[in-house]
Amino acid sequence: MGLLSDPVRRRALARLVLRLNAPLCVLSYVAGIAWFLALAFPPLTQRTYMSENAMGSTMVEEQFAAGDRARSLARDFTAHRRKSGALPVAWLERTMRSVGLEVYTQSFSRKLPFPDETHERYMVSGINVYGILRAPRAASTESLVLTVPCGPDSTNSQAVGLMLALAAHFRGQIYWAKDIIFLVTEHDLLGTEAWLEAYHDVNVTGMQSSPLQGRAGAIQAAVALELSSDVVTSLDVVVEGLNGQLPNLDLLNLFQTFCQKGGLLCTLQGKLQPQDWTSIDGPLQSVQTLLLMVLQQASGRPHGAHGLFLRYRVEALTLRGINSFRQYKYDLVAVGKALEGMFRKLNHLLERLHQSFFFYLLPALSRFVSIGLYMPAAGFLLLVLGLKALELWMQLHEAGVGPEEAGKTPGSSPPHPPTQGGEHTGPRQGLDGAETGGPHLPGTTAGLHHPHQLLSGLPTGRQHGACCCRHQALWTPAALHCPAGADEPSSYTPGQLVPVAGASGSTALPGRGLAALPGRTGPGRAGASHLRLPALPAAGSGPLPLLAALLERALLEVTEAARSSPRSLLPRK
Amino acid sequence: MVDTCFLSQGLTTLAGLLLLPFGSLAASQIEDQAEQFFRSGHTNNWAVLVCTSRFWFNYRHVANTLSVYRSVKRLGIPDSHIVLMLADDMACNPRNPKPATVYSHKNMELNVYGDDVEVDYRSYEVTVENFLRVLTGRIPSSTPRSKRLLSDDRSNILIYMTGHGGNGFLKFQDSEEITNIELADAFEQMWQKRRYNELLFIIDTCQGASMYERFYSPNIMALASSQVGEDSLSHQPDPAVGVHLMDRYTFYVLEFLEEINPASQTNMNDLFQVCPKSLCVSTPGHRTDLFQRDPKNVLITDFFGSVRKVEITTETLSLQPDSGVIESSYKKDQMVEELMEPLKYAEQLPVAQIIHQDFKDAFLLSSGFHGC
Repeated sequence: MGLLSDPVRRRALARLVLRLNAPLCVLSYVAGIAWFLALAFPPLTQRTYMSENAMGSTMVEEQFAAGDRARSLARDFTAHRRKSGALPVAWLERTMRSVGLEVYTQSFSRKLPFPDETHERYMVSGINVYGILRAPRAASTESLVLTVPCGPDSTNSQAVGLMLALAAHFRGQIYWAKDIIFLVTEHDLLGTEAWLEAYHDVNVTGMQSSPLQGRAGAIQAAVALELSSDVVTSLDVVVEGLNGQLPNLDLLNLFQTFCQKGGLLCTLQGKLQPQDWTSIDGPLQSVQTLLLMVLQQASGRPHGAHGLFLRYRVEALTLRGINSFRQYKYDLVAVGKALEGMFRKLNHLLERLHQSFFFYLLPALSRFVSIGLYMPAAGFLLLVLGLKALELWMQLHEAGVGPEEAGKTPGSSPPHPPTQGGEHTGPRQGLDGAETGGPHLPGTTAGLHHPHQLLSGLPTGRQHGACCCRHQALWTPAALHCPAGADEPSSYTPGQLVPVAGASGSTALPGRGLAALPGRTGPGRAGASHLRLPALPAAGSGPLPLLAALLERALLEVTEAARSSPRSLLPRK
Repeated sequence: MVDTCFLSQGLTTLAGLLLLPFGSLAASQIEDQAEQFFRSGHTNNWAVLVCTSRFWFNYRHVANTLSVYRSVKRLGIPDSHIVLMLADDMACNPRNPKPATVYSHKNMELNVYGDDVEVDYRSYEVTVENFLRVLTGRIPSSTPRSKRLLSDDRSNILIYMTGHGGNGFLKFQDSEEITNIELADAFEQMWQKRRYNELLFIIDTCQGASMYERFYSPNIMALASSQVGEDSLSHQPDPAVGVHLMDRYTFYVLEFLEEINPASQTNMNDLFQVCPKSLCVSTPGHRTDLFQRDPKNVLITDFFGSVRKVEITTETLSLQPDSGVIESSYKKDQMVEELMEPLKYAEQLPVAQIIHQDFKDAFLLSSGFHGC
């Protein structure tokens, strides 16, 4: 017989599992934590590399030099914005048209489910403005997006200026194979979501928005830009998106190569890369970055406008310019060159980004851990739950086997002998009475000979659906005996107390239990069998088996009452 | 008087004695020249140039093929005898910042696309089936003449292939491959149909040497850019265009071929030395065991050019019915010619100087050998 179908061996296995369970749980938990901490160290982290052939090896030279124009445009934008109080739509339209883009607007509004902090406003409405740069020699089948989300105040005006200057520069190039969309959204993420929904013709958030007049094909990649001032000391990149979704790692690799090429300082979560990997600082910072990234992903909110693009399978990043107290500052030209290089490389793409990883963790900007390597940490933590469930199941199984063992081998002491249940009061008494060999419940004896009748005496069992499952849980170990018993009747001596598998009303198991039953009772064991009710497990096992036993008893009382009533209430099956 | 007579006679004899070795030397030179005249057995030249990869980042494969096309055309093979197969159009790709050009040297020094490129098989027509049909001649009768390889048993054919390859195969357009066994069988079919006199096969891919391992037909010489297990590397990264412009092996072959003109006597041994490991990083290989002539006797122009065997003489030949007289008069003409200045081909446009004068110095100074 196999390991699990041999009762002796299964009991041994169960005892082993129960004994080792607590140490295994602890070990598994510790292993999970230790694995996660080990992710910071070099064998498990790898250097990032560009996987996409089309965006591969060669650099492109950047020629963006219109820093002054960007700054003046930003100044104009701020001035107009202050004057109008909201996004200066007319000015944006005029400027974009003068740069040479096809300009469209989209208005949107949304009733927020909660009031604002400053004053109670429920309706948010705004206008998005976007301009499309059409590729001069290609069909407009694919596009790239550069988006600048504008909040209620003009914190992102430098980014608008840079975007417009870049648009003017891009318009003068002839090597674009994809359209480029320059998008300015109002109210930050709300506007971005409105635009995306309208672009992809869906409505998942209940936004009311006007339909888009101009489109540019399938969006391949997007970059969101947030600049607080016109000089930056470093560029911060944000990858976590809505519901913890991440862009393809190749986009991050692309950003990082251009950082290195332009000599820009690039940070992840505001921190520079640890240079020193030999001492403890490097790994410590890596662990911190990893933990923070996990937490940010777990929070589920998009940490930048890029997070909303990911849902539509558009790889996107947010770049934030940080102006801190460093001495060396980069102006808009450096940022513009990095963006120009990225867009030029993205222009070389033939397919969506798919070569690199979609699920990863970043201990540092130039290192990553793929899901194959960090999943075991989560797996070990979840193993604890599995082990606990196994332990619970084994305990119930032991409880079910216990009474049989008392009959079969008096010498062996089952872990939960029935007499231990003496400490229970009340509902237990009737069961004790039955166990000690007293008069059986008349209905049940009859039930043995007429299993169908017994079954029909119960309602169809669906209203006891919950308890059915519990009964099933209790009786499954017993039912497992039945086929074994049917196969080898010699293992059961006459007079063997037979658990009534079918009597519990679990219509979920009519087939097995009842099929086995007549077979068992057929060959001349008629008189000896009486109802053996399940033994209650030991007190420490929790309320579940106790509840099951209570319901069991209640059911049996019901059947008794039904049996003793003058006419049967329910039709015979 | 008698003294001067004697003296003149003596002088004449002396002159005659002195001239005799020259004469014999001249005779041996004439024999050499005559031998050279009949050195190779071919009468016409064909070229089949194949680029098998598409997409913008494979710009360099198209540039490779176009460089060989340019050299072959410059050395005399006409378009009607060239079958050019390009799997993608780089010159008119929307990503090309210099439309209608394909550069092989960075800083836009050499545009190999030129003004008179004739592409016979373009874009999706470059398939394994079409390539094998071209080689073996099993072509539907509706195929235009420019797409056929109409070679005969006196043709020397140059076959150049480039793209992405591996151990024993060459990838065509991301969707199919040709194996070295198929190629060897195709060449055997060509031999049995007497479609070539001699064949030179050059391949520039990763692990290119695996492609010529299986040849078994006679008169085939093969060159490859790398051995099995090695990658062929790219060269000339150009940030203005944004891609690598050439592969290393073909780049140096192009440099080598720019020095060749139709009258040059450079032989195959020089071609074997073209890209040493120090420049190419991979080890180029060659195979000559199936070839019946000694490679040092094989001129580059036997395969890369279309050189007519012509001897120019200003003497008139009177053709007598007696063959002995004809032979002696022929020899006399040769001897006379030998003492005159030998006539030869006029120099073609000195492209080598035009190309090299500007950038060769700059090339030697620059150190941008970043293969990928």
